[in-house]
Amino acid sequence: MIKQRREVLKTGGGLGVLGLLAAAGVIKPELALAAWNEGAFKAGTLEKSLAALGAGKPATSGDISINAPDIAENGAVVPIGVSTTLPKVESISILIEKNPDALAATFKLPEGTEANVQTRCKMGQTSNVYALVKADGKFLMAMKEVKVTLGGCGG
Amino acid sequence: MSMNRREFLQVLAVAAGGGMALHTDWAQAGKAADTLYRFPRSGNVSLLHITDCHAQLLPIHFREPNVNLGIGSMQGQVPHLVGEHLLKAFRIKAGSAEAHAFTYLDFEQAARTYGKVGGFAHLATLVKQIKASRPGALLLDGGDTWQGSGTALWTKAQDMVEACKLLGVDVMTLHWEATYGEERVKEIEEKDFAGKIDIVAQNVKTTDFGDPVFKPYVIKPINGIPVAIVGQAFPYTPIANPRWQVPNWSFGIQDENMQAVVDEARGKGAQVVVVLSHNGMDVDLKMASRVRGIDAIFGGHTHDGVPQPVVVKNPGGQTLVTNAGSNGKYLGVMDFEVKNGKVAGYRYKLLPVFANLLPADPEMQALIDRVRVPYLDKLSEKLAVTEGLLYRRGNFNGTFDQVICDALLQVKGADIAFSPGFRWGTSLLPGDTITMEHLLDQTAITYPWTTLTEMKGEMLKTILEDVCDNLFNPDPYYQQGGDMVRVGGLQYSCDPAAGMGQRIQNMMLKGRPIDPDKVYKVAGWAPVSEEARGAGAPIWEVVAEYLRGIGTVRPVQLNMPALKGVAGNPGIVI
Repeated sequence: MIKQRREVLKTGGGLGVLGLLAAAGVIKPELALAAWNEGAFKAGTLEKSLAALGAGKPATSGDISINAPDIAENGAVVPIGVSTTLPKVESISILIEKNPDALAATFKLPEGTEANVQTRCKMGQTSNVYALVKADGKFLMAMKEVKVTLGGCGG
Repeated sequence: MSMNRREFLQVLAVAAGGGMALHTDWAQAGKAADTLYRFPRSGNVSLLHITDCHAQLLPIHFREPNVNLGIGSMQGQVPHLVGEHLLKAFRIKAGSAEAHAFTYLDFEQAARTYGKVGGFAHLATLVKQIKASRPGALLLDGGDTWQGSGTALWTKAQDMVEACKLLGVDVMTLHWEATYGEERVKEIEEKDFAGKIDIVAQNVKTTDFGDPVFKPYVIKPINGIPVAIVGQAFPYTPIANPRWQVPNWSFGIQDENMQAVVDEARGKGAQVVVVLSHNGMDVDLKMASRVRGIDAIFGGHTHDGVPQPVVVKNPGGQTLVTNAGSNGKYLGVMDFEVKNGKVAGYRYKLLPVFANLLPADPEMQALIDRVRVPYLDKLSEKLAVTEGLLYRRGNFNGTFDQVICDALLQVKGADIAFSPGFRWGTSLLPGDTITMEHLLDQTAITYPWTTLTEMKGEMLKTILEDVCDNLFNPDPYYQQGGDMVRVGGLQYSCDPAAGMGQRIQNMMLKGRPIDPDKVYKVAGWAPVSEEARGAGAPIWEVVAEYLRGIGTVRPVQLNMPALKGVAGNPGIVI
């Protein structure tokens, strides 16, 4: 029998388990209160978003991996993860070139945090997805294309 | 029933001499039979492989494509070779039974000479024979087994579930199976298959936490040697088919997870690691070049009947990549020589299943007859007679698809018709009667609704470009499998090697260019969006109405796009 967490949550009564997670310190409400860089999130193009983040034109790094589907199963919720082996990571941002506002997410990582984040982004069309990492005061970047298709006609 | 080799050859001789074929060339076919199935065991670990039978329990005809283009680095490479190019690459004699099995060449004549192919009762006889000489051999099923016939649809795959259990399938993976919905798949796994057939899929996870939905792999001993079979379900199931049928499951390619699973299986002592894959051959070839430690990928999905494996080098050594065709036409047989804990050699043969050369297994035949009884009246309804050859397979169009498009245009009163580029669907010879069963072989799906949509010209272009990129993207990981959407009414030109947005040009309707801003009435079927659930009448009703009306299907003029840049490509002969 394969155990799935969705089943545990169902049988455990959703809120109760979430409450336990919060009590155990897995979910920290204060983490949500980090400063909101509104300008960067409304900057528009990739270039302008990078500028608003103070990243300029970052070099490409092979030490950053983007974990995202080659073809999105649902453009409304595309799972995008970023991890890196770079030391002293301060923040990780996800930018989607073809979105009206390229910057989709920024994670501020407290010192000593494992640099491995994941979220879901909305994508209206096929686009390059960029992971921007600030490590030891320096910005570095990686890119992967994620295709958004109309679907159907397979097989 | 279990036969030794001598008895088997006697049966073949009887079958060959017994006048089972209508054609005088049959003597030649009888001689071919003896060499066709002569494949003595070698090595100590054997795996048998079927894939993409699309629920075809009875023998059928299936015409292989004359258009199966490879673009970019895939040009001229297996599996993108058709006709004589394929014969040459695999040293198959023109005019032979194998040439008929693997190519479209001289299709009508060869089909009459060599008879039908596949059929589970005939396949069962071959499986028993091969297993008799290969103790411990496992039978792997690559999926697309539960969909493709009226009886599979009406019994929610129960007919195929019973047939696979009787056939002795040990391990399977998925694609179209998922179109029966999550609950039905799990019900079959947990009830019917319990203790008998393992469903494996390392790349299917829950959409919320990413937890596994199926066993990623199983390890089974063959003659004392632990063999791991890793599952790779079709990665784009929720895109190519309706997402609402599997709302809680996520698929995808996931090379890193594949590597972790292979390493884990090796760590647990597996001396042979194989992947049972529904990726499609181009994706399998790329995956084989990136993931280390896989001895062989047994592939399906793209329906390529590939006589010999492609050997792919990678940082861990090499991986064999096979593809075992479709519609029950073939049984793949792999013999591994395992020495000192690893694979030291192999022999492989993709055996065509010629129904006239393999007597029906009585037990399987009885099962097939039993499951069909309640539906015989519906299945045998005669709709029309075809004067020409009807088939589906090909990158751009097939004659049966053209009939479906013609039916949509007429019955729905549309300017333009779209029909999905499915690769399943059997073939009919000139003079054959088209029954409801044949029509369902082309159309039996769980989302069969027809649609009539008003669409601007620019949207038509967007759709054609989108589907074309799914077929011809130079990176196989961005391909989705299937063929180009078939079109009725509309004409266009296509440059497969061009970039996204540049492949489709010169779109015309009745001699006039398509106006990007004008609205056209477009008919289609098999909509994947949830909003289109239950839209118009099922496609088989629409086509049946059309066929009953015309009574005779004249030889079909294929509406093919004008192709650019494909001269000299051995993936096309027109």
